[in-house]
Amino acid sequence: MTHKRTLTSAMTALAVVVPLAWGGASHAQEAINLRMTIWSANEAHLTLFNEIAAGFKEDNPDVTVTYESLPFDTYTTALTTQIAGGNAPDMAWIFETSAYDFVASGALHPLTDTLTATEGYNLDEVNGTATERWSQDGALYAYPFSTSPFGMFVNNDVIKASGAKTPAELIAAGEWTWENAIATAATVGKAGKAGLIIRDFKYQMWQNLASVWNGWGASPWGEDGKTCTFAEQPMIDALSFIHEAAFQQKAMPGPGEDVDFFAGNAAMTITQISRASLLPKDNPFDWDLVPLPKGPAGEYALIGQAGVGVLAGSKNAETAAKFIAYMTNPENSAKLSQFFPSARKSLLNAEILKKTNPLLSQEQIDRVVIAGIEAGKVIPGHTGFAQIQQTVRAGLDSIWRPDADIPAATQAICGQIGRMLQR
Amino acid sequence: MAVAQDHVPSDARSTSPFWTVARRDSLAGFLFIAPQLIGVIVFVLVPLGLVFWYSLHEWNVLANTFTYTGSENYRMLLSDPSIVRVLGATAIFSVGLVIFNLSLALLLAVLLNQRLPGITVFRTLFFSPVVVSLVAWTIVWGFLLQKNGGINGMLLVFGMEGPNWLREETTAMISVIVVQVFKNVGLNMILFLAALQGVPKELYEAARIDGAPPFKQFRRITLPLISPTILLTSIITIVGSLQVFAQIAVLTQGGPGLSTTVLVYYLYQQAFQFHFFGYGSTLSILLFVIVAVLTFAQWQMRKRIVFYES
Repeated sequence: MTHKRTLTSAMTALAVVVPLAWGGASHAQEAINLRMTIWSANEAHLTLFNEIAAGFKEDNPDVTVTYESLPFDTYTTALTTQIAGGNAPDMAWIFETSAYDFVASGALHPLTDTLTATEGYNLDEVNGTATERWSQDGALYAYPFSTSPFGMFVNNDVIKASGAKTPAELIAAGEWTWENAIATAATVGKAGKAGLIIRDFKYQMWQNLASVWNGWGASPWGEDGKTCTFAEQPMIDALSFIHEAAFQQKAMPGPGEDVDFFAGNAAMTITQISRASLLPKDNPFDWDLVPLPKGPAGEYALIGQAGVGVLAGSKNAETAAKFIAYMTNPENSAKLSQFFPSARKSLLNAEILKKTNPLLSQEQIDRVVIAGIEAGKVIPGHTGFAQIQQTVRAGLDSIWRPDADIPAATQAICGQIGRMLQR
Repeated sequence: MAVAQDHVPSDARSTSPFWTVARRDSLAGFLFIAPQLIGVIVFVLVPLGLVFWYSLHEWNVLANTFTYTGSENYRMLLSDPSIVRVLGATAIFSVGLVIFNLSLALLLAVLLNQRLPGITVFRTLFFSPVVVSLVAWTIVWGFLLQKNGGINGMLLVFGMEGPNWLREETTAMISVIVVQVFKNVGLNMILFLAALQGVPKELYEAARIDGAPPFKQFRRITLPLISPTILLTSIITIVGSLQVFAQIAVLTQGGPGLSTTVLVYYLYQQAFQFHFFGYGSTLSILLFVIVAVLTFAQWQMRKRIVFYES
C-alpha cells in the first residue's frame, strides 16, 4: 500500500513537472542570441551599436545582439580562426579588401530578399558602385555600411612656417596638382618637419597608394581582375613619382620613419575623413581638409568601405539578416553616418552630413565627402587578396630603397601574382 | 600480502589472483604518470595526428569545404617557389641565434661566476629580460630600431649614421637575431652558471700547479665538464629558434622581401592569413620533421661532444 502511494505521488509530481520543464525548454529555444564581430572598440561606436541593438529588441524581445571587438590589425585572421574553430559569429564586419573572398566563397547569407522586404528600407538609393564588390549574381551578400572617402588633411601652420604655398592657395589658383603638392611637402621636409604621409601605408600597406596612383590612371590589375597591370607605364610612372618624392625630394618620410601628422609633425596626410576625430583638441593647429590633388590622368577620388554580413552557417541567419536590415535602415544609417559615412543618396547632402560631421566645414563636405563618395573608386581588392597583398608587399620592398629598378621590380611582381589573379 | 591472501575464499586459491604484485605496481605506475600521459595524448599526439590528417586535405574555411587531396599539398611543397628562401632564412636565423646566444651566455656566465660583492645584481640584470613579456620586449625594440629610433639617435651622437635596421635585408635578420638573443640569453647564462659552479675547484688548482694558463684551463677543464649543459642549451636554443614567431610578426612581418620569413611565420601566413589550412598543416609536418631530425642528430652526437653524462 505504501509503495503504491509512493508510486502515485511520484507519477503526479512527474505529470506536473514535465510539462513545466518542457515549457521552460521551449521558451529557452525561442531566445536568440546574435553575435557580431567588429574591429572597433571605440566607446562612442559601441554606445551607438548597443542603442541600435536595444531598438531592435523592442520589436523582437527574444533577440539579444552582442558585439565582439577583435583587434583591427588581425581582424580577418581572428574571424577566420573563429570560423575554422566552429565558433563563427552570426554577423561580421568585413574589410573591402576581403569582400571578394567572403562573397565568392559562399560564406555569407544573401541579404537582398530581407532588405527589400523591409518596409522603408529603400535599397535602391544605394548606388551600384558602393555595392559592386559585395554582390554576386544580382544578390547582395554584405551591406557596405561605411563608405569613407580619402582626403588630404593639411597642417597650415607647418606649411606657412616653411614658406611654402598651402593647398588652399593652390586650389584657389587652380594649381592643386601632385607636382605642386609634393613641392610643398618637399619645402616642409627641408625645413625640418615631415612633408606628406600616406597614413597606414608604412611601405607595407601598398593598397593605400591607390590614393596616389589613381591620379595616373594606374591600377594593380585590369577591370576583369585577371590581368596584372603593375608593370604598365601608368603604374611605373606613379611609382617613380612616389619614389622620387620619398628618396630624392625627401617630401615623404622614408621606410622605417614613423611620423604622426595628428601630433602636428607633418604638413599633410592622406587618410579617410573619419580620422578627423584624431585632430588635437588641446593645442590645436590650423588644419584643412582638401580633395586629393589632380594627377596626370585628371581628377579622381578614392573610397574605403566596410561591409556587414551574416555568416551562412549561422543557425539564426534569417533573424540576423533582419537585424542587419534594421541596423542599416535610413534612420539608423543617419545615426551611423557620424562615424561611418553612408552610401545612401538621401544621406549624401550637406545639411545632414554637417550635422553628423560637425568638425567639417560646408565646403569640405561638398568637395571631399559628397564628391568623393559619388565619384570615388573603391580601394583595390581581389579574391585571395591576403596572399596577393603579401606577395606584392615583398616584391615592392626592392623598390623602397634609393637605387631601385622600378620596371624590373614591377615586372617581377606580375610574374609572381599572375597565377593568383586567375583564381 | 599474506594477510590479504588469508581473506581469499579457499576455492579461489587454486587459481592465481588477477591483482598480482607486479600488476598492482604497474597500475600504480600508470596512475602516477596518467596526468602527464593524458596531457601528452590530448595536447601533443592527437593534434599531431590531426595536423597530418589536415595536411592530406584542402580545407577552405570560408566555403566550409574539406576535400581529401592525398599528397597534393606535399607536391605543392616541393614546387613552392618561396620554400627554398624560407628554409634559407630559417637556417640563417637558427645558426646565427645559436652561435650568438651560446657564446654570449657562456661569456656572461664566466664573467659573473665570481665571488664579488653585488654580483647578484648583475646576474639579476642579465636574467630579467627572460621574465619580460615577449611582445612588449619586441615592441620596444621595434621603436629603438626604427630609422629615426633610439639606436640611430645614439649613433648620431657619435657622428655615425645608422642603417635602416628593419628595412634592409642583412640588418633586418641581424636585428631579429639580436632581439631574440638579448631576450633569452639570461636563461642559458643561468644554466651555464650552475654548470660552472659544479666544476670542482681542485682541478683548477692542479692545473695552475702544472702551469696551465687560464685559456688552457678553460679549454681543457671548463668546456669538457660543462659539455652536458652545452648540449642541453644548444638543443633548447635550436628548437626555440625554429619556433620564433612574435619577433618576426612585430618587427619585420617577414620582410624586406622574404629575408626574415622563417618557417613558422610562413606557416602562419599560409594557414591563418591566406586560409590555406591544408598547406599550412603540411608546413607544420615539415617543421616537426626538421625539429625531430635535428634533435635526434644532436642526441646522437652527444658521445662526441659531451665529455661525460651523469
